[in-house]
Amino acid sequence: MSLMTTEAATAPPPDSPESPRLTPAIPSFTRGATTRAAGKAPREVGDEVCLKVDDLKLWYGKDQVLKGIDMRIPCRQITAFIGPSGCGKSTLLRCFNRMNDLVNGCRIEGCICLDGEDIYSRQVDVPELRRRIGMVFQKPNPFPKTIYENVAYGLRLQGVRNRRALNEAVERSLRRAALWDEVKDRLHENAFGLSGGQQQRLVIARAIAVEPDVLLLDEPASALDPLATLKIEELMLELKDQYTIVIVTHNMQQAARVSDFTAFLYMGELIEFADTDTLFTTPANKQTEDYITGRYG
Amino acid sequence: MFTLLSLTALINVLALVAFLLFIAINGIQAISWSFITEMPRASMTQGGILPTIVGTVYLAIGAVLFAFPIGVCTAIYLNEFAKDGFWVRLIRQGVVNLAGVPSVVYGLFGLAFFVIILGMGVSLIAGALTLAAFILPLVIASAEESLRAVPQNVREASLALGATKWQTIFKIVLPTAFASMLTGLILGLSRAAGETAPIMFTAAVFSTAQLPSSIFDEVMAMPYHIYVLATAGTNIEETRPLQYGTALLLLMIVVILNLSAILLRNRLQKRFKRYN
Ligand SMILES: Nc1ncnc2c1ncn2[C@@H]1O[C@H](COP(=O)(O)OP(=O)(O)O)[C@@H](O)[C@H]1O
Ligand SMILES: [Mg+2]
Repeated sequence: MSLMTTEAATAPPPDSPESPRLTPAIPSFTRGATTRAAGKAPREVGDEVCLKVDDLKLWYGKDQVLKGIDMRIPCRQITAFIGPSGCGKSTLLRCFNRMNDLVNGCRIEGCICLDGEDIYSRQVDVPELRRRIGMVFQKPNPFPKTIYENVAYGLRLQGVRNRRALNEAVERSLRRAALWDEVKDRLHENAFGLSGGQQQRLVIARAIAVEPDVLLLDEPASALDPLATLKIEELMLELKDQYTIVIVTHNMQQAARVSDFTAFLYMGELIEFADTDTLFTTPANKQTEDYITGRYG
Repeated sequence: MFTLLSLTALINVLALVAFLLFIAINGIQAISWSFITEMPRASMTQGGILPTIVGTVYLAIGAVLFAFPIGVCTAIYLNEFAKDGFWVRLIRQGVVNLAGVPSVVYGLFGLAFFVIILGMGVSLIAGALTLAAFILPLVIASAEESLRAVPQNVREASLALGATKWQTIFKIVLPTAFASMLTGLILGLSRAAGETAPIMFTAAVFSTAQLPSSIFDEVMAMPYHIYVLATAGTNIEETRPLQYGTALLLLMIVVILNLSAILLRNRLQKRFKRYN
């Protein structure tokens, strides 16, 4: 929030040539950045690159897990990562919000840009970056707090104190996550009372409450039953008008059902990246074909 | 083989029950309202033990007041910040070894350091600090255990929402671990209340004219009172009921504290079940 407010405060004066722009300033996560991002044109669906990955290499200690990944993840589309387990899908996903910073002995080379800004640059304000790139984990991980406080947490972090603003944000996020009707009468009960599927939608609501640009989902439905899985998938389709979504899945049907683009990773390398229809019907690569036809993996 | 094992277990239980019964039967006659609320009379051979209760409560609370914040901070450092390395291993090993040092050594350390070098004299504060040093390893270990019980994935959830490390610690980790840390605090209290050796050179005296009015006053304390009455009192045999009465009371205090710690822990374990 601090960055957002300072930027609002340092917005160009009314007589500046920049001011008549209608698009709001996209808050930059780079510390000390002024209104660098403010001049951006509104993003077109589909053709603009949200996350640009260049020759990304990653080591855990001596093990190289990512071996030079190049990738363009388009804005406001759903991109799926598929591949056999252990091929580096989660690792790649966790590079985008720098969760791998927490891992001892993790070393990264190469470049990831979010809207043209290098997220691994030294000036990056990592918490602000993570605010802009939300993440939903494989296992639902609500806080041991009430449903309301779970959703309000991110906003409170940014210093939002106003009751009404919080109430509105909580309701909006829960509605967006298709959970509102189920929990509106028990907002102040512990989140652990929810079912697994509800908990997973709760953490999605929690993630979108801080209005990120990107949502990373790491096998969000792998611990859920088919019905809850279906709900999550519908939810993603709902959300993609507003968010760039990257989802890891080992379930190819799921990737085919929900994603616009699919990346096939194998042993730390990006084997093929294409729009989902093409990848599943006419894969360009033999390895991809073998994988999607179930010959290994 | 199995019968042998259960037999040893049975011996244990029997010994404990016999011991408790022995103390209870001998002590119960001495305990009365005036025993708890009155000052001693006739060179400690009659009257109540109020000053020893007050002294023990002050000492135990004082010890926890020092040990708990230090212990929690140490645990936070070890568990949340320190990367596994030489220093951390050294500190951990140090804590483990400190826990094994006999309590009388703490008493001597307290005498040398707090009483003499820091010039606190034999006083409540010197005793509380010595007891604090004595229970510190316990408090650190239990605080670390509480922090470790906070699932890593809620820390990640917080960080992934844009929280800083400190925000995560203050808003998620500590509130989640707090109740479980309380069990450590209570155990520390009960441990401090029951010890004689750390206070016998640093705080406790056989007799005071009044209740302590400053942290630099000497105090009477229950475990020390029992020790002195039983070994060096004016009339050891005549004061047996007083000794058992004090022992029973001390035992009750310690048992109640430990029980509440156990109850608290059980309730908390239920709360965390959903995380496994
Ligand atoms: N924190 C870690 N430390 C060391 N190695 C790890 C760590 N996380 C993952 N790995 C290793 O990196 C490889 C890729 O893991 P991951 O990205 O989780 O695969 P996927 O999500 O595709 O199943 C695996 O070989 C795994 O063992
Ligand atoms: Mg994975």
